Amino acid sequence: MIYGIAVLSACFLLGQLIGTWLGLWLGIDANVGGVGFAMVFLILSNQWLRTRKLFTADMEGGIVFWSNLYIPVIVAMSATQNVKGAISGGWMALLAGTIPTALCVLLIPVLSRRKANDPKEMAQAS
Amino acid sequence: MKELLSKNGLVTALLATGLVMLASAWISARLTGKRIPMAAIAIFAGLLLAYLGGLYTNGKNGIADVSIFSGFTLMGGSMLRDFTIVATAMGATFEEMKKAGWAGFISLLLGVVVAFFTGVALAFAMGYEDVKSMATIGAGACTFIVGPVTGAAVGASSEVIALSIAAGVFKSIMVTIGTPWIARFIGLNNPQSAMVYGGLIGTTSGVAAGLAATDPRLVPYGAITATFYTGLGCLLCPSVLYLILQQLL
Repeated sequence: MIYGIAVLSACFLLGQLIGTWLGLWLGIDANVGGVGFAMVFLILSNQWLRTRKLFTADMEGGIVFWSNLYIPVIVAMSATQNVKGAISGGWMALLAGTIPTALCVLLIPVLSRRKANDPKEMAQAS
Repeated sequence: MKELLSKNGLVTALLATGLVMLASAWISARLTGKRIPMAAIAIFAGLLLAYLGGLYTNGKNGIADVSIFSGFTLMGGSMLRDFTIVATAMGATFEEMKKAGWAGFISLLLGVVVAFFTGVALAFAMGYEDVKSMATIGAGACTFIVGPVTGAAVGASSEVIALSIAAGVFKSIMVTIGTPWIARFIGLNNPQSAMVYGGLIGTTSGVAAGLAATDPRLVPYGAITATFYTGLGCLLCPSVLYLILQQLL
């Protein structure tokens, strides 16, 4: 089980490293896509280990354990947000937090539908 | 007893979260007939606890400012959040991600630009007329990290920076609560639309929590695009978008 967790940790740290480098390279003090890179690494190492039959159920259990803890961690994260601060920010904060978001939400069907109407996709689906 | 709970903060947080989730599962099954998912109720309960914690302590970290619940800082902090999000990639496949391709990239760019300029317009409508404040509030409409980063870069006042953080936190909370309700209307039920959603909305915590409350299988897809959003926002808002805004006014 610890091997699985170790693989996950290695992917995580590698992703964070690349995200931090990318941030430095772009001249901003932020991690750019560290989580995204780490996820790509995990998918790749998962496939690589599976094709070589090195990936045991035990290892998978180590990673699945953490992925199952995801929702409880999000609940804990919600409980540490500055909700009072957000509410006391008043109307300006409320409007700036919701209206732009609502506009972006409206764009979701536009962008994801475009893909669904792609003729190649349709051909593959049918 | 109090000392014991504070000293073993992380374990106390695990227990408390477990109890919140147990109660949420009960409410979901008994009171709503599973129409509202357990995760959505639990996350909302978390926000409520955060509000109560803020009222009680006047702090900024929600329930974690109450000493016996200090372990929530670790459990709900960015390290474990990102670690568990990465672990969800076990359930994702490259084939699905490739399908979103360009739409995912465009959604990221549009997400930042649309949020920024709508935020700017709102700030203007509410009486903020200097470029620095408008840009900072616009950036706050992206995420609660992009706001202060931009504010610091362009030299906005601390009140405006605080406001931009509040706007970003509001966005995150709204997305968390709202996603399960609107998912049906915007076709948010497949990996591709989840990636577009992650790119357009961008606030990682909100996207991750909102998708978890909607359908946990979509979490890795939304998270993978959302994770680039804050970085892109920090890159564009204080530079290109700020300069464009300066030219416009």
